[in-house]
Amino acid sequence: MILIRCPWCGPRDAGEFHYSGEATPRPEPASAGPREWRDYLYFPANPRGQVTETWYHRMGCRRFITVERDTDTNESRPVPGGPR
Amino acid sequence: MHQIIVWTPPGRNAVAAVRAPSQPRRRRPRRYGALALLRHGLSGREWPRAWSEHPLRDRYDVVIIGGGVHGLAAAYYLAANHGITDVAVLDKGYLGGGGSGRSTAILRSNYLTPEGVRFYDRSMQLYRTLAADLDYNVMFSRRGHLTLAHNDSSLRTMRWRAEVNQLQGVESEVIGPDEVKRLVPYLDTSEHPRYPILGALYHPPGGIIRHDAVNWGYARAADAYGVHIHQDTEVTGIDVAEGRVRGVRTTRGDIATRVVLNATAGWSTLVAALAGVRLPIQTFPLQAAVTEPVRPFLHAVVVSGTLHVYVSQTDRGELVFGASVDPFAAYSTRGTLEFAEGLATHILELMPGLSRMRLLRQWSGLCDMTPDFSPIMGGTEVEGFYLDVGWGTYGFKAGPVSGEAMAQCIATGRTPEIIEAFGLGRFGAGELVGEKGAAAVGH
Repeated sequence: MILIRCPWCGPRDAGEFHYSGEATPRPEPASAGPREWRDYLYFPANPRGQVTETWYHRMGCRRFITVERDTDTNESRPVPGGPR
Repeated sequence: MHQIIVWTPPGRNAVAAVRAPSQPRRRRPRRYGALALLRHGLSGREWPRAWSEHPLRDRYDVVIIGGGVHGLAAAYYLAANHGITDVAVLDKGYLGGGGSGRSTAILRSNYLTPEGVRFYDRSMQLYRTLAADLDYNVMFSRRGHLTLAHNDSSLRTMRWRAEVNQLQGVESEVIGPDEVKRLVPYLDTSEHPRYPILGALYHPPGGIIRHDAVNWGYARAADAYGVHIHQDTEVTGIDVAEGRVRGVRTTRGDIATRVVLNATAGWSTLVAALAGVRLPIQTFPLQAAVTEPVRPFLHAVVVSGTLHVYVSQTDRGELVFGASVDPFAAYSTRGTLEFAEGLATHILELMPGLSRMRLLRQWSGLCDMTPDFSPIMGGTEVEGFYLDVGWGTYGFKAGPVSGEAMAQCIATGRTPEIIEAFGLGRFGAGELVGEKGAAAVGH
């Protein structure tokens, strides 16, 4: 079982969550051109190791949370100061 | 903000500049004919190794990273079609230890886009004669491929796919539940299941193959041309100077080379990063499982996109199951109980008669998912650094055609027409392929 550590609900089964991908800052809509948007949409960092991600706790607090997870071991922890 | 990669193909490139192709000298390996097998079997002597080991040289014309079906096929076609034999295939583990050995080995070409259909059908052509070409029994078994439709929208997409397929000359048609029942009597085609079977896309040329034999066959044939296969050799760095590849560094020593092909899966973003190339890829595990062997009863390959499951019976009698990729990105290849539970639920919905079957084992492989479910093939902004990556869940069936196309790309320095649509530049240019006929992905 893989656990995601929700800052509101504590460690819960990953099946309760929806994975929404790497937490990359969104380009500035007023100034970003097609290139920045495509880069943002298509080019994830895809690291082997620690990555900061957004998850949606759909079967729990129903909030988007920011989690730091190791893509090799699936160990995770909430990121302090992330959106909660 | 990162700089996006926009790549324009150079006029001349690569090996064409390295050396003019000469006629390859081929050392004939021992034939695997029926008489030779019988004679050797009776003699009781050790079988000779299918490919040889060599010391790592400090210079090769072409270095291929990844000893799976793609890398080995590229090495074979470089030698056989273009006379380039000074080639090294490096693998950090053993041959076929990645996606090639973990695939469920289903072959088909009934994709949705014309580019996809043409491409995969060329691969089917090569697979059909592969055993004779390589003198190696790859156990290709053409048994028909059924993609089930459980709702109106998927039935609509299947009609669309059948039209595209027929236009490209690929055998493919939509059939009703009665015909499905006739082909696979064990399927529950009644109206009772939660997702009743409304019809199916039937693709008679589809089938299964022995994946390890494909890897070993290519390795043996490439070795006979003088290609060096180096297992347990991990690439730790790629030297790039003035925008061109100069060499690779490995755990067994450095190699000077002007051409590097990244033919890895799972680790393709990490390998490309060594050359400073970013890829639009995220790595997801895909799990599969196999049951104990039973008497042959399932002839066709059965796929259900709605239930996220596909099943075929091997020649040994085991049922091989696959599913969709795991719901989040990871490099971990640990299997999960959720997968086994979900798989059992879904397969019993299709074939209730399997309820007493026992799963023998489950495993997981890494899939490099691109935003448009299509691969990334061809050159990059680093001259001499080629890609054959992003194979998601459909890499195995494309092995031969990818090897052939990449060999042509490297030998001539020009991108062959059959892979033009799959260049890395399409993501910067916003020209995605949009292949929704891909397996094991939710659409």
